[in-house]
Amino acid sequence: MDELLQEFLTETGENLDTVDRELVRFEQNPNDRDILRNIFRLVHTVKGTCGFIGLPRLEALTHAAESVIGQFRDGATVKPTAVTAILETIDRIKDILAELAEKGQEPEGNDGTLIGELQGLANLAKVELDQPASEQEAPPVDPVAAYLARHGKPQDVPSIEDIVFQSAPSPQRGPDGRIAARQQPLVEEGSPQRSGGPPTLRVAVDTIEHLMTMVSELVLTRNQLLEVSRQQEDVGLKAPLQRLSLITAELQDGVMKTRMQPIGSAWAKLPRIVRDLNSELGKRIELVTEGADTELDRQILDLIKDPLIHMVRNCADHAIETPEERRAARKPEHGTIRVCARHEGGSVTIAVSDDGRGLDIVRIGRKAIATGLASETEIERMSEAQIARFIFHPGFSTAENVTAVSGRGVGMDVVKANVDSVGGVVDIASRPGLGTTITIKIPLTLAIIAALIVVAGTERYAIPQTAVRELVRVKTGDENRLEEINGAPVLRLRGRLLPIVALGELMGHAKKDKAEGFIVVTQIGERQFGILVDGVFHTEEIVVKPMSSKLRHIPLFSGNTILGDGAVVLIVDPNGVARLVGANDTETAADEPEVPPAAAGAGERTTMLVFRAGAGRIQALPLSLVTRLEEVDAGTFQHGSGRTLLHYRNRLVPVTPLGQTELHREGIQPLVIVSNGGQTAALAVEAIIDIVDEQFELELATSCEHGVIGSAVIRGRATDIVDLAHYLPLGDPGWTGATRGGAAPEHVLLVEPSEFLREMLSPVLRASGRVLLTAADCESAIRTAAAPEVGFVLADLDRDVEAALKLFATLRARPRNNPVRLLGLTTCATPELLRQAAEAGADGTIAKFDRRALLGELNARATELRDAA
Amino acid sequence: MNGNAEFDRDLTPHFADSLDYVTVRIGEQLLGLPIERVRDVFIADRITVVPGAPSDIVGLLNLRGRIVTAICLRNRLGHTASEACEKGCSGLTAIGLDHRGESYGLIVDAVGEVVRLDRSTFEPLPVNLDPTWAALAAGVHRLPGSLLVILDLDAVLDLDLRAAA
Repeated sequence: MDELLQEFLTETGENLDTVDRELVRFEQNPNDRDILRNIFRLVHTVKGTCGFIGLPRLEALTHAAESVIGQFRDGATVKPTAVTAILETIDRIKDILAELAEKGQEPEGNDGTLIGELQGLANLAKVELDQPASEQEAPPVDPVAAYLARHGKPQDVPSIEDIVFQSAPSPQRGPDGRIAARQQPLVEEGSPQRSGGPPTLRVAVDTIEHLMTMVSELVLTRNQLLEVSRQQEDVGLKAPLQRLSLITAELQDGVMKTRMQPIGSAWAKLPRIVRDLNSELGKRIELVTEGADTELDRQILDLIKDPLIHMVRNCADHAIETPEERRAARKPEHGTIRVCARHEGGSVTIAVSDDGRGLDIVRIGRKAIATGLASETEIERMSEAQIARFIFHPGFSTAENVTAVSGRGVGMDVVKANVDSVGGVVDIASRPGLGTTITIKIPLTLAIIAALIVVAGTERYAIPQTAVRELVRVKTGDENRLEEINGAPVLRLRGRLLPIVALGELMGHAKKDKAEGFIVVTQIGERQFGILVDGVFHTEEIVVKPMSSKLRHIPLFSGNTILGDGAVVLIVDPNGVARLVGANDTETAADEPEVPPAAAGAGERTTMLVFRAGAGRIQALPLSLVTRLEEVDAGTFQHGSGRTLLHYRNRLVPVTPLGQTELHREGIQPLVIVSNGGQTAALAVEAIIDIVDEQFELELATSCEHGVIGSAVIRGRATDIVDLAHYLPLGDPGWTGATRGGAAPEHVLLVEPSEFLREMLSPVLRASGRVLLTAADCESAIRTAAAPEVGFVLADLDRDVEAALKLFATLRARPRNNPVRLLGLTTCATPELLRQAAEAGADGTIAKFDRRALLGELNARATELRDAA
Repeated sequence: MNGNAEFDRDLTPHFADSLDYVTVRIGEQLLGLPIERVRDVFIADRITVVPGAPSDIVGLLNLRGRIVTAICLRNRLGHTASEACEKGCSGLTAIGLDHRGESYGLIVDAVGEVVRLDRSTFEPLPVNLDPTWAALAAGVHRLPGSLLVILDLDAVLDLDLRAAA
């Protein structure tokens, strides 16, 4: 009986999961007869088996549910209430099954209300069916009875063999005794979905695991044999070994395949969960799944099952707005959660995306500061993607109210932990107002992975190939060489500093004098770092064996393996190494303030135009300030009254040499054209080098050097950042006068938390002839804005929307003689943001780097004032 | 070591009560390991040192396709580890054991013979024994000319036990 019950429990559990899924599908698709037939058959199977094994409570429940489904099948309208009731019944059945599994006995309990409800629904449906009775044939008294009558009653065959058969899912099959005759725990069954599917075999997971271990051993032995044969020139050995090698590879493939399961089985529960959340949260969410047949190792599947559910719940609860909010944001009322899986090389990528409100980066940043995860300056330097990653920290939740669904701050850290544990990577991308995508990249299998075999000191180590981005050879005196900052090695790699960890030192070997060898560039999430090794052998498929329990606490290793020559080699865990790099980061931060941003890849990206400006100096200008680049024949310059002019696009443009550039007398002269509204100026440079999109730190100039705001390290070279304001008036004294309008200079208050951006915008504003005041935060801005000269307030909306909006509202409410103009600055304008800003009293919102629009606004204001005067 | 001890079959009716031991030597001390726990005796070749591992662990080695964690019994018993153990050299004598589904190799100075002893020579541990030893030993057999300390292998392999104590 025990075995029989066990069999029944597994089967029923699976069947019920299918019913769950199918019902939700059916609700959306009430006309799909196939789905309905399938549901009916599954429920009926469960019922039949229950009755047979003697589980009256389950039988009564399934019977009641079956009646309702039967009415659907006969054409009754599918009502959500009915589907809910059936789903509830299935939950109840699952509860009973769980207890049954524990105690081996059906628990006591009363299902009267539920059955009553179901009966009521069945009757209701029956009445509905009866009404157009004139049209319809008299419905069968009880569809179940009719169904049973067609397919025969299971009670007719009481022998043990047939009990086994009855517990198999397909009731249509004739009692031929074939299955029971095998007398083994393997029960053959037809595909539960389609009778035409390939025959399948149910095998205990342990058996497969054991098989897998044996195959792993075989692979190792084969590798050892190959190693031996390589050293011997025995032709007689070669041929059979070749065959053995092939067979082993095929066997390995085959066994791996048996461990594979379609990922669809991991998200089988999702439709139901989303449906329940819809009614619970009052939202309208549609779940779209793609790539359900993508296959994945069972072990990994188990590990990501819960994270997937977590992520979908999170999406539904936090990300997707209520229908009203969505309507207000001009989005379809239906939110969509898209779960898709696909193969990508040796890994599977699963993306969970929604079209909800996106992550509130500002709030996450503030929360990170509040919980002490990062300091304010650190947050300032971080990219949005990096700030977003804080949601993976344990206990991190920005939800203001804890709902039953989520918000307790558990979840995303579990997601990350589980994905990390299988050597996967989690990435998050979010666009405010448009939605969030969380991407998980996981290896196909844990058992056999491709790894790079490296040597450090005297030992060899394996580094999982999935974490390896590239290999760089480093040599003293070479272009690629290691440099040190207070003992911390770094490598310049394509204009960025890459922190380096010497694997040998990490493993306790003595530090070497000469830093030579290979850098294994490794990426973990957003963070890149290099592992210095002495040598690189090759990439090898290795069989991962778990670390001994006595050694599992060492974060540096994720496992070990046996190589072809029989040596045990440790598998380096890049996550563990990354954590060590992280520790180093904070250490060096104290000594070398300008290094960590580059090393950690923090800071904002700015596109800069880099050029040579005489005397070998490299200078740069934000590209957003540049109108165009020109190369003109120096012969066309016209000199007069101490100025150089160029006939450019039907007008005369002043040409000013930038820095120490000497104007060419002949030949080609590169020019950087900048323009301000109707005015244009040409800045002569020696040569234009490059356009660089990078993150860097602006060091303000300490000396009073004219024409330079400060300097920054761009592509590993110290570069001066040009102060445009210095050059514009030089070229044409009348330049700024035109916009100034003769009146006393107006004050402009720029509220921008990022120092870099503040410095960047300053020249533009100064060049417009106004007195510039700056404030780093909204509170000090409120004080500064009290001065009567302030006619303009430009406030950043990216960092802290709420504070900026509050600032606007405060300034608007303040009584003033002359009206103040309030402008929001943003790098990402969404309709939602524009609306909020307008509501708070802003006169407009401009894109942060849109110099034209900014100057246009300022000039419009100037004209306005003149007109008023 | 005397190897000819007379054994009384009636005294060892059950497998668990077996008084058969594999004898090993650490320094001058003779130690006995219950034979039913000993899987094999082998020469540990090519030990892979694990950086960051507890000092008791010599490293990992490959024993016929299985990865075995090598533990230095000397170190475990509070002696200074032999130089060979510290460097993870090859050619160390090891006793193969299974513990909670994992394979271990106890590195010993030398392996003696298998002895079957009379229960009457068994005594509980003397109370003045070093606490490290007291935690790892189960009792003592009086042998003519020497004493055989019986190790409690579960305690020996439970490295966390000592860390917690």
